[in-house]
Formats: sequence, C-alpha cells, structure tokens
Amino acid sequence: MLEDLLFQLELGLPQVVLGLVNGAFYALLSLGLAVIFGMLNVINFAHGAQFMMGAFVAWMMLNWLGIGYWPALVLAPLVVGAFGVVLEKTMISRLYKLDHLYGLLLTFGIALIIEGLFRNQFGSSGMPYSPPEILSGPPVDLGFMFLPKYRLWVVVAALVMSLVTWLVIEKTRLGAYLRAATENAALVQAFGVNVPRMVTLTYAAGVALAAFAGVLAAPIYSVNPQMGSSLIIVVFAVVVIGGMGSILGSVVTGFGLGLVEGLTKVFYPEASSTVIFVIMAIVLLARPAGLFGRA
Amino acid sequence: MAAGHASVAALPALHETPGLLGLSALGFNRAQSIAFLALLAALIVGPFFLYPVFLMKLLCFALFACAFNLLIGYVGLLSFGHAMFFGMGGYVTAHAAKVWGFTPELAILSGGAIGAALGVVAGWIAIRRQGIYFAMITLALAQMIFFVCLQAPFTGGEDGIQRVPRGHLFGIIDLSRDMSFYWVVAAVFLAGFLLINRIVHSPFGQVLKAIRENEPRAISLGYRTDDYKLVAFTLSATLAGIAGGTKALVFGIATLTDVYWAMSGEVVLMTLVGGLGTVFGPAMGAAVIVTMQNYLAEFGAWVTVIQGVIFVACVLAFRAGVIGELGRVLKVRL
Repeated sequence: MLEDLLFQLELGLPQVVLGLVNGAFYALLSLGLAVIFGMLNVINFAHGAQFMMGAFVAWMMLNWLGIGYWPALVLAPLVVGAFGVVLEKTMISRLYKLDHLYGLLLTFGIALIIEGLFRNQFGSSGMPYSPPEILSGPPVDLGFMFLPKYRLWVVVAALVMSLVTWLVIEKTRLGAYLRAATENAALVQAFGVNVPRMVTLTYAAGVALAAFAGVLAAPIYSVNPQMGSSLIIVVFAVVVIGGMGSILGSVVTGFGLGLVEGLTKVFYPEASSTVIFVIMAIVLLARPAGLFGRA
Repeated sequence: MAAGHASVAALPALHETPGLLGLSALGFNRAQSIAFLALLAALIVGPFFLYPVFLMKLLCFALFACAFNLLIGYVGLLSFGHAMFFGMGGYVTAHAAKVWGFTPELAILSGGAIGAALGVVAGWIAIRRQGIYFAMITLALAQMIFFVCLQAPFTGGEDGIQRVPRGHLFGIIDLSRDMSFYWVVAAVFLAGFLLINRIVHSPFGQVLKAIRENEPRAISLGYRTDDYKLVAFTLSATLAGIAGGTKALVFGIATLTDVYWAMSGEVVLMTLVGGLGTVFGPAMGAAVIVTMQNYLAEFGAWVTVIQGVIFVACVLAFRAGVIGELGRVLKVRL
C-alpha cells in the first residue's frame, strides 16, 4: 500500500514541483493584497485585473514598442503602479470613511471595467508571449525531473520579491512608518509624515506587485483578459486561509497551497480545482482567524 | 429645515394609520402600500404590453435580488457567492423536472430545498468571519460549487441541462404557453417578496437589524447572533434557489452561467442600483439591469464595461440607489 503511494508520488513529483509555480503566483498576489489591506483596509478586487494588465503591458511593450522581457519586468509594474496611483487618488481615497465593503464593491466595478475593455480590444483568445532567450534553453535536470528553466526562474523571482517586500516593511525606516501608520494613522500624521501620500504609494506598490506577477505569468499562461479573474478568487481563499496579518504568512501559505494543489493533481486529480476551497472551509472551522492571523 | 423635520416626525403617524386597504398588516407604511399597489398593477398589466418571457426573467432576478437584500440590507452581510444558490437551484429544478418528472411546483420547491441545504452549510462556514472576509469566503465557496457543477455528471458540464419541460401545474394545468407560466412566475415572485417583507417586520427581523447596527450590543443583550445570521442566510439562500429554479423552467435550460461568479456580482449590482435595505429597491434594480442587458446584448463585452461603470458610479455618488434617492426626495421610506 505504502509502496504504491510512494511510486505514485515519484511519478507525480513533477506535478508537485509545478504546483510550486502556481504557489509562486498565489504568494505574490496574496502578498500584494495583504500590503494593500494592511494600510487601506480595502480588499482590492481589481488585483486580478491588474495582474492581467501587467501581462498585457509586457505583451504590448514587446509587440508594439520592441521592448523585451527584462525591461518589461521593471517597466510594466511601474506603468500599472502609476495607474494604481490614479485609481487611489480619484476614487478609492473617497471611501476611507465608509464601510469597508464599499471599497470591495468599487474595486469589483473597476475590475469589470478593465476586463471588459481589454476583451473589447484583444478578444477572449490568448496571445503567446515567449520567454527570454536565456531562460528558454533546455530544461534543468533536477535529478528526478526536468524543469523548464523559466518555471524555475518564476519560483526564484517570486521568492526574492517576497523577501524584498518583507525586508522593506520590517527592516527599513519607510517600513517602520508604514507599520506605525497602520496602527495609528492620525498620530503618525501628527509627527509630520505625509500619510495620505504613503497610502497612495502603498496601493501603487501592491498593484505593482500584481503587475510583476502578471509579467512573470505571461510566458507560462497565454496572455488573455480573463487570466486574472479566476486566479484572484483562489487568492482570496489563500488570503482567508493564511490571514492577512503577516507578510511571511502570506508567502508561506501561497507556496504551501500551490504544493498541496500539485499533490492533489497526483492523487485525486478531480479535486485539484476545489482543494484550496475545501482547505479554506476546514481552516475556518478549526481556526477562524486563519493560520497566521490575529484573532 | 423645518419642513424636513416635520415630515420625519410625521412618519410614525403615517405608519400607524390603518393605511390603504389594510396593507399595514403586511408591515407596509402608506407610501409602501401605494408602491405595492403599483407593483401589483404592473404585474397584472405587464404581460399584455411586454414580452412575457422578458418579464418572467425580470421577476426571477427581482426575487433573487430581494433574497440577497435580506442579507445585505437587513443583516449587513455582503454575500459575494449567491450565484451558488441561484445556479444550483436552477440545476436541481431542471433535473427534477426533466429526469424525475416532477410537476413544476415540486421542481421549483426542490430548487429551494437545495438552496436551503447549501445555505446551511455555506452559512455555517462563512459566518465565522465578518465584513470583507465574509464576502471573500462566500465568493470562494461559490467558486468551489462552480467547479463541482463543471465536473458533476448530472449538470451536463458545459452543455448544461437543456430542453427542460415546464410540465403541468399540479399535474393539471399546462404551462407550456408563456402567458400561462407567467402567472405562476408572478405568484412565486409575489409570495417570495411578501415573505421577505414579513420576515423583515417580524421580531426576528428586528433582531437582524439590531445585529446590523451593532452586533456586540446585540450579543450583550443576550441574542445568539450567529444563530440569527445563519437562519437569515439560509432563508436568503432558499429564496435564491427558488428564483434560480423558476428561471430554469422559464428558459427550459440550466447552465454554468448561473453559478459563475459574475452572477454573484450581478445580483450585488442590482441591489445596489435599486437601493440596499429598501423594500422595493432590489426589484427596481433588477428591472433596470435586466432591461439594460436586454437592449445592450448586441454590444457584447461593452455590457461588462457598462456594468462596471454603474458599480463605480453607484459606490462613489449614488449609494442610496434609485429607490433610496426617490424615498429621500419624497421624504418617505420605500
């Protein structure tokens, strides 16, 4: 029995490793959501749409302007982040005094607009985006499987980005201001810190993280207007499981659930699209605040 | 200022007048009684002027939105997953009518039963968190149901359940003509609408409102708020299931569209446009959105964009909705 299971696992190990790639996207997106929620108390429903925008901006840069993958990896998040600044300044900032649910509804509407506009412009079918040359060579031999270089890069890039975000928030002066403003915005403002601007930039940073993930995703998934909307719902479940209290929590939960999803694909493929939601239900019953959340 | 003050003070008096035709027994004040009579008249006259199938679709969504409003408007819970009850209600009704050969009234009731069953389980899980988390959890649970429907054999996957017969009401009255089925749909809507109104004005409904206003205080007064929330959630889910089941019989088809997350968003939009927490708002919002979809269907993806714009406009500038604003102008509660 046990040997059977082990054999199955050995055969399925590639699936499990590929689960890590999905986990990388869960981690990056839930990280962005957590950063935004911590500061704005808004659940950014447009996160999936902004992820999609990141992929599209990279595609447009390549096909319209001839800008390659590496510059796009920096430029696309900046462009989409700037768009985030506009959104926050013109709309989201008007809702801080209202029930948080209005922020959710507003960003949901924004997501519909963005998705609809892209569908009008580009249609529903996906467009290919090839990975940069240096990452598209022969797959890396991991001993038990061959992993395409690009997927390995996605996992590494997501880990590095998560680490950088964690360092900025926990170890820098700016991060200290951010955490202080999360606790008590009025007091921090009284000390002469421009809190509204910090809020705007936090939103932009969260959005830029989503766009960064989008550029990373472009060569793996086809670039299409719907690529963000189904992903974001899974990420919501990830956020509920992890709790939005801690940065490391989001990252660990994101990668962990990617792995679990990969494992499910090996042992019970039918459940692979629902397993994360089932785990969410179980976590809610056992520990409503989430694995890393504060009650 | 003085005028506004006087009319507000006059409201309770209006409420206490025996009102029109004894409609205050249903919990309606005078303005609401008039609006209700107008609604009744529209229900009766409507099919002679407008295409009955369009009206039936509208009424199904109106009931769906009223059910949703019971939660957001009176308990303050934003469910972003009501498509699971609506869609599953549709599937089960269609299956019952087509495969099991149920009569239409029993088929619609089985749609309500699956809504109730799902509502108990989903509610039991979701009420563990409040506010934004509640919305995200219901959305995630609905997405799970969507994937189940995508894979389960009885839903027919991408094809859905097609050619569902409407059958004979009580086994006697043939409903295949649109005009005959219209009256059934109108009766289902009216029953649901009045039931919700009854719930809202009952002592149970008063506790729900207390929870909306201040949950810790309701707890400190000795109410088990979780039980109340669960019952409200289940009632709302049941009615959403009935609405979905009725819609499946109207069109003779149950598909994945009705369990998809976009449907959850649509019912939020309808209620928001009509006015959260108003009696007539959700039905009005459903009328606005269904009409809009009907006329804009040829523009394809623009419908999504326009829906998004309406969402944004409502949240930023128009939070009371059509009926809410109307009530403010007329200084009555609608």
